[in-house]
Amino acid sequence: MKRTLLMFIAPTALFLLSPLVLNPYWVDVLNNVGLYAILGLSLNLIVGHAGLFNLGHAAFYAVGAYTAAVLNTRFHVPVLWLLPLCALSSGIFAAVIARPIIHLRGDYLCIVTIGVGEIVRIALLNNVFGITGGVNGIVGIDRPSVFGIAIRNPHEFFYLIWGFAAITVFFFHRLENSRFGRALNYLREDEVAAEGSGINVAHYKLACFILGAAWAGMAGDIFAAKMTVISPESFSFWESVLMFTLIILGGSGSIPGVILGAFLITGLPEVFREFANARLLVFGAAMVVMMIFRTGGILPPRPRTYPDIDAPVGEGRP
Amino acid sequence: MSLLSLKGLSKSFGGLMAVNDVSFNLAEGSILGLIGPNGAGKTTVFNLITGIYRPDQGEIRFKDTPIMGLPTHRIVSLGIARTFQTIRLFQNLSVLENVLSGWHCRMRAGSLRAMLRTPGQRREERRALERALEMLEFVRLRHEAKQLAKNLSYGNQRLLEIARALATDPRLLILDEPSGGMNEQETGELILLIRKLREQGITIFLIEHRMSLVMKLCESIVVLDYGAKIAEGKPDEIKQNPRVIEAYLGSEEGEGR
Repeated sequence: MKRTLLMFIAPTALFLLSPLVLNPYWVDVLNNVGLYAILGLSLNLIVGHAGLFNLGHAAFYAVGAYTAAVLNTRFHVPVLWLLPLCALSSGIFAAVIARPIIHLRGDYLCIVTIGVGEIVRIALLNNVFGITGGVNGIVGIDRPSVFGIAIRNPHEFFYLIWGFAAITVFFFHRLENSRFGRALNYLREDEVAAEGSGINVAHYKLACFILGAAWAGMAGDIFAAKMTVISPESFSFWESVLMFTLIILGGSGSIPGVILGAFLITGLPEVFREFANARLLVFGAAMVVMMIFRTGGILPPRPRTYPDIDAPVGEGRP
Repeated sequence: MSLLSLKGLSKSFGGLMAVNDVSFNLAEGSILGLIGPNGAGKTTVFNLITGIYRPDQGEIRFKDTPIMGLPTHRIVSLGIARTFQTIRLFQNLSVLENVLSGWHCRMRAGSLRAMLRTPGQRREERRALERALEMLEFVRLRHEAKQLAKNLSYGNQRLLEIARALATDPRLLILDEPSGGMNEQETGELILLIRKLREQGITIFLIEHRMSLVMKLCESIVVLDYGAKIAEGKPDEIKQNPRVIEAYLGSEEGEGR
């Protein structure tokens, strides 16, 4: 017990202290990993737990980022105050989008979500409602500040982003180990049996879409504050593919797996910058190898644990 | 008093009349068997009751309230639970979690309360766990609780489906060929189990091909052929009924199916 605690605490402490020794470039890489970890965890609810193929998650990320950018540049609301609003706008957007398509299965849903992602990106390019700034996007978004401390350089962002990632892990871990998390797994395994066991399948599909989108919206807010400039190219189809791939690679339905996936997908390409041209090749090869040898991902989800399964009880009575 | 009543129930798929004007009542606390040759529409009747299909015509009443058109999960929470003819467990989840799914509809805490882990939510989770373990104890699968459902033997998978259905706290339990794939000994234990359930006040409605089980267990039997009800009565009457014999063995002119 003590040993595992040490195994966990030591790397965490090391990781938290790493910005002190790394140069700003590498800290920024870690910040990107953190953002993708948050995005991956939010998409993991939909793809990993409920088994719904969503290849348009960048759309929800974009809605959050643009909500923050517009409200901050026009009305000067501090960006971190906008977190709940970004969650709300992305969540509402997801509810409107997902409602008519949620009954689709597998690849059909996947194709429609790709379409949604593209529609959002192109709408942003076309300066929809005249507020998104078209190709140039929105510039001059404020830096965030926490309790009056302005967050400017990568080292400060490191703690903001990974702090939010930690909060995400905390809440999503609880969510996984609850009635809600189990319901998502039941409908992934067998929709008919889930409905037949009294689970409102349509409700849970929609709920996980909304929750995942809302969380991506908050990640979008942090992204907007970090970049101070956002434009449609940050929310391309490729972003959705990255989020999807990191889940499948790391371990779909597993929090440590998704975080590892974020490191591998966004961190490793930076380490091997010289071979940047081979990036897609390596991605493809890695996915093929995964699908053959380790279908659950590198760190597949561990089964949930329950207290006193082993304790004896009296005679069962229904 | 009848717990479930079907009146003039019809359902067709394209040109095929799968269920044709079927009516019968299910008395509270009884064990009713539904039999008939393959393709007679038995499973369709079950699917109509549990809301998987919507009847074209007719009425289904449970505890005197009409339930046609309600979504399946609502019907389950009203107190009708079922098992499937082809086993439909959550194969990659543990035996315990399979059973926990049944109690889901009796729980209330949503995503927000789960994230905050409120005292009420924790109490509810504890209660669910107790309930699920009781059900596993009841079907004698408690020692397999941590096992994945797909690793159970065929007979035990059937029992697990029953446990999952029981976990929904049903008044009416619908079993679609519960003894399918079971050996003689397992079938004997199943009969005892079903009797025990009835003693505890759960009404049982089952489809079964194994006649020995039907005749031993059921107080009354409904026979379907080509979607229509051709007989209803006590096991002894059904055995003697010429129309039933004809449906199963073919008529004397040799138009056997």
